[in-house]
Amino acid sequence: MKDNHMSNVNNVKAFKNIDGVKHLKNIFELTDLSYQVGDKKILKNINLNIEQGKYITFVGPSGSGKSTLMRILASMISATSGEALFNGKKISSYEPTEYRRRVSYAFQQPTLFGKTVKDNLEFPYIVRGKEFDWEQVTKFLNYVNLDESYIDKSVNDVSGGEKQRIALLRNLIFPPEVLITDEVTTGLDADNKEIVHNILNKFNQDDGLTILRVTHDDSEIEQATDKVTVKNGEVI
Amino acid sequence: MSNLTVSNSTLALGFILVIIALVIGYWQKLQIDKDIIIGVVRAIIQLTIVGYILKFVIKANDVWLTMAFFVVIVINASWNAGKRGNGIPKAFQFSLLAISVGTIVTLGTLVWTGSIQFIPEQIVPFTGMIASNIMVAIGLCYRNMKQSFTDRHQQILEKLALGADIKLASEDIIRESIKSGMQPTIDSIKTLGLVALPGMMSGLIIAGVDPVKAIKYQIMVTFMLLASTSIGSFISCYLAYKQFYNEQKQLNSHLLS
Ligand SMILES: Nc1ncnc2c1ncn2[C@@H]1O[C@H](COP(=O)(O)OP(=O)(O)OP(=O)(O)O)[C@@H](O)[C@H]1O
Ligand SMILES: [Mg+2]
Repeated sequence: MKDNHMSNVNNVKAFKNIDGVKHLKNIFELTDLSYQVGDKKILKNINLNIEQGKYITFVGPSGSGKSTLMRILASMISATSGEALFNGKKISSYEPTEYRRRVSYAFQQPTLFGKTVKDNLEFPYIVRGKEFDWEQVTKFLNYVNLDESYIDKSVNDVSGGEKQRIALLRNLIFPPEVLITDEVTTGLDADNKEIVHNILNKFNQDDGLTILRVTHDDSEIEQATDKVTVKNGEVI
Repeated sequence: MSNLTVSNSTLALGFILVIIALVIGYWQKLQIDKDIIIGVVRAIIQLTIVGYILKFVIKANDVWLTMAFFVVIVINASWNAGKRGNGIPKAFQFSLLAISVGTIVTLGTLVWTGSIQFIPEQIVPFTGMIASNIMVAIGLCYRNMKQSFTDRHQQILEKLALGADIKLASEDIIRESIKSGMQPTIDSIKTLGLVALPGMMSGLIIAGVDPVKAIKYQIMVTFMLLASTSIGSFISCYLAYKQFYNEQKQLNSHLLS
């Protein structure tokens, strides 16, 4: 059937287990997934499987529904029809806070909350009822070319690019199973983009982190090996 | 000591004051003449009815009748507070619980400490005073909460996305909303006696009570309003914030303005 095709993204570096056997396990399975607000169909019958350990780039025109799809995968909103499975079970069957720690969503145009950078980097610890770990946080700051001195800075005293990197660290300090980045490099200069690419590549390659990246950036699209195009609310 | 009395004829002459307001409204094209007239007529009718009912209740001096009056006041205040919920589901039920608990705890304390007696002429006015103050406080809480959830929805989404529970994600808003409910009471305490002589104290003084005694009453009323608005704000905010999320712990965007 023509309209029931599966866009299977494979062929690239599959997730490797310790035994060296290639596993092509689907971490997400979307079947006839739709999202509708009033009469407006924002996502239309999406069928898509995403394999564990992949680094997938979502592209498509503005307003095509990329962020909406990502928000559904991140359990920030729920599909209005169809099925969305994570590790074989419905997303809605997981405890939402538990789920969001496993599938972490980095927003398009993030804001920093609270007063200091620490308020932001401490948040993942608070969420898990853990003590702030200064050393761990410093290590992560270093990953994105920032240092310890940023911890006590006021959120008003960091630049736009620094803000975006700090926001991303909130998602990464406790590495999730899936990281969704929604245009997180928009507005960054080449150096800052490189820093973000490096840390994401590192987590993808060393830790098998599955990454779903949304971008409009030409060079990012060019470098991308796994691409999914969203157009008019459909995956093509 | 000359006791103040207002006769029907003086009251009718006092209507000149309403006409002043009407003239200003008309002259300045404020288009509030209709509101003023409706407001005044309603006030006259409502107060007259309440006056006669109060007279009856006080004369009857019956525990059950007093309780019934208490219930009517509380439900009425909750109904009005609920309307200020502006679309927050179950706003009436939350207000009912908040106002009931706030009123019972403060009135109970006052009766228990012997500050007031369980007689209709004391219970009924105090219930009215407490319930209406909690009503105003809850209205402010709801308004602040709705506004804050709207203004800061991005921040809340980010906290949720990081795996925060709805309580953690709403913490700042809950805190601020409770504060916004209590703020007018706290502000009024600061200027108490300096700017305005509060209604109750003025009433007592006009009625010929020794100002020092009136002050003691006012201090008690102040304590009472502090306790009741904090209880009411606390309960309503902790119940209401959950309505901004669905069972999947997602932000209910249709509630945001
Ligand atoms: N809650 C909503 N109510 C109404 N319309 C919505 C809602 N959410 C999204 N939309 C609409 O759905 C469409 C898709 O939005 P979405 O944010 O997913 O696009 P996008 O592909 O991420 O675009 P961009 O590349 O500009 O970020 C847009 O037309 C948007 O206006
Ligand atoms: Mg988008």
